[in-house]
Amino acid sequence: MVVLAVIVLPWTFTLIMSLADWSPTGGTSWVGLANYRHLFTDPEFGWAVVRTFYFTAIGVIAPLALGLIAALCFHQRFPLRGAARTVFILPMMATPVAIALVWSMMFHPQLGVLNYLLTSIGLPPATWTYSETTVIPTLAMIETWQWTPLVMLILLGGLAALPGDPYEAARIDGANAWNCFRHITLPLLWPHIVVAAVLRTIDALKSFDIIYVITQGGPGTASETMNIYLYQQAFAYYHLGFASAVTLVFFVVIVAVTLVLLGLRQRSLAL
Amino acid sequence: MMHRRKLLAGSAATLGAPALVRRANAASSFDWQRYKGTHIEVNLTKNPRSDVLQKHQKEFEALTGISVGSEQIPEQQQRPKAAIEMASGSPSFDVIMVSLHVSKRLFGNAHWLQDVRGYIKNPEMTAPDWDFADFGAGAVKTATQADGRMDSVPLNPDLWVIFWNKALFKAKGLAFPASMDELVASAYKLTDKSKGIFGYVGRGLKNANIPCWTSWMLGQDAYTTNPEGTKLLTDTPEAIWGAEMYQKLMRDTAPPGSIGFNWYESQTSFSQGKVGMWLDGVGFSAPLIDPKSSKVVHDVGFAVVPKGPKAQHSASFVDSMAVTAASKKKGAAWYYVQWATSKKIMGEILRTGSGTPARLSVYSDPELVKTNRFGPEWLDTVKKSQAISAPGLPEIVPVTEFRDVFGVALTNTITGADPAKELRKATAAFQPILDKSNKKT
Repeated sequence: MVVLAVIVLPWTFTLIMSLADWSPTGGTSWVGLANYRHLFTDPEFGWAVVRTFYFTAIGVIAPLALGLIAALCFHQRFPLRGAARTVFILPMMATPVAIALVWSMMFHPQLGVLNYLLTSIGLPPATWTYSETTVIPTLAMIETWQWTPLVMLILLGGLAALPGDPYEAARIDGANAWNCFRHITLPLLWPHIVVAAVLRTIDALKSFDIIYVITQGGPGTASETMNIYLYQQAFAYYHLGFASAVTLVFFVVIVAVTLVLLGLRQRSLAL
Repeated sequence: MMHRRKLLAGSAATLGAPALVRRANAASSFDWQRYKGTHIEVNLTKNPRSDVLQKHQKEFEALTGISVGSEQIPEQQQRPKAAIEMASGSPSFDVIMVSLHVSKRLFGNAHWLQDVRGYIKNPEMTAPDWDFADFGAGAVKTATQADGRMDSVPLNPDLWVIFWNKALFKAKGLAFPASMDELVASAYKLTDKSKGIFGYVGRGLKNANIPCWTSWMLGQDAYTTNPEGTKLLTDTPEAIWGAEMYQKLMRDTAPPGSIGFNWYESQTSFSQGKVGMWLDGVGFSAPLIDPKSSKVVHDVGFAVVPKGPKAQHSASFVDSMAVTAASKKKGAAWYYVQWATSKKIMGEILRTGSGTPARLSVYSDPELVKTNRFGPEWLDTVKKSQAISAPGLPEIVPVTEFRDVFGVALTNTITGADPAKELRKATAAFQPILDKSNKKT
């Protein structure tokens, strides 16, 4: 009954709505698949998909790379390791909207602290979220800053669970640190990396709050990802039928990407 | 430490307050206590006017015996929440603050708000000193639907003005421009990028940037649609002229990154003393005279938008108060609207610098003129702008979509796109949306 109430019914209602032209004032008229046809012929939707994957690619790869490095560091013993780890995971605990507001102040081209720091070391000021070319990498940078700690925690757990025997055997055979990492750590850690990648991908694809608060999809439409596009259609333009179609397509995209990543994980476990 | 006698006197005053209110009611023929014991919910957008209403809410409750639950929601969340709740037929609120520049046609066509003309004419429902004739004609016109219904009462027209830095003008030996052409020329003269000084700042962010274009269009006495709201007039020579002016100012005389600026970034840039002029709503004046956030406290000037080739207008954006048509407590809700738009509350809004009220009498109240925290130049600018106010956005249902489509076109001009081409492209894209919307309603 709970599954029916919280999953089946909302999705069924969304599916029904996606077949209608429904607006708060204009009533409902059935339009069949017209919303889907419109969706796949709307260049703005196409660009929103491209931007979403661009943002997701940076928002997954960068935290994975940095999270792996951080996990390898925190796996070593050094003074104040516990305190350093606590500080490192702080961004993950902060509220996204609060983070977005603080970052948006730091990005201000004239008054932001980031440009102050750049110019104080002789570098030219950057336009950060105030340029069509740099806005997506900048937003992905915040995503990276916030979620690298999560990747680090997952991989740290993986590292702690690795057996010691292969390393001992490798050292007897004269393997150096890089060879140990390349041929033992990475393959054994791979299932954990895939788990982190799946979580990050789903999260990055769904990212809304930080983008909306900082840029609202701008400048122009340069940071209008699928989520922002969907929000605009549903809650700014009140195209609720069309927005339902976008929701379903978006859901299918997330499920497809997740299945691909889970398939990768299964393959890595089978190897 | 409080003396016992003072404490007793204070307690007596507090205990006696309801009696005083009752006596005041008795003196007036109007029965403010008619809906005593009723509870109403009020939905407000987050702004300083709402702060004033909430601060004085207890006075309303003491006056009427009506208890009030009120909440403030940021406008971008409040609008869809209100629309969806009202579409459901049973909104959770009886009174709503409406952004007429966005929601007028949507709410009006759906008949979600109560026509208040009957209440205004009924002496049993409206206090004799409420004085409807006191409201500015422009604001009343904006609050009136095309079919004559008045489904909200104007509270606050936000007027667009020019904030200018007198010190920068003086340093260049310039006077404040008398025309829009002179404004552009001054912006160029003030700009000295090597020193980080810019002649102008305004909104570049799509959607938010539309009034920075329509303000110039109004100088050509040109509007974005025909009066019926059925045909776009956004690719006319006048519209293109406005977009070219927008492009020149934003591309050549504004700080780097202003393509992504909303009012906040524009305000912070201007308040640092490196920008000559800023076009935006007068409601953003307060931080400019606050020494904690502004370096231009002694240099900021307030001016009416200068005249264009054919006309002089100040773009205005009106907030109003309304009773929801689905409310089961319409009488009590109307009492709240009446109180919220009274001379006393609007005077308080002006006195505290929380807005520029729709009532004309508050601007000539000697006490308010004397105690107004922004000074005589500000007050004079507001009064003159009120007199020449004109809608800064078209009165159509898909106004947000309009703002996005044309907002992107304007943003593209900042990166070098041809204004005429961009406007023609946006017009071709938006006219079918407008046609569809008009067909539906």
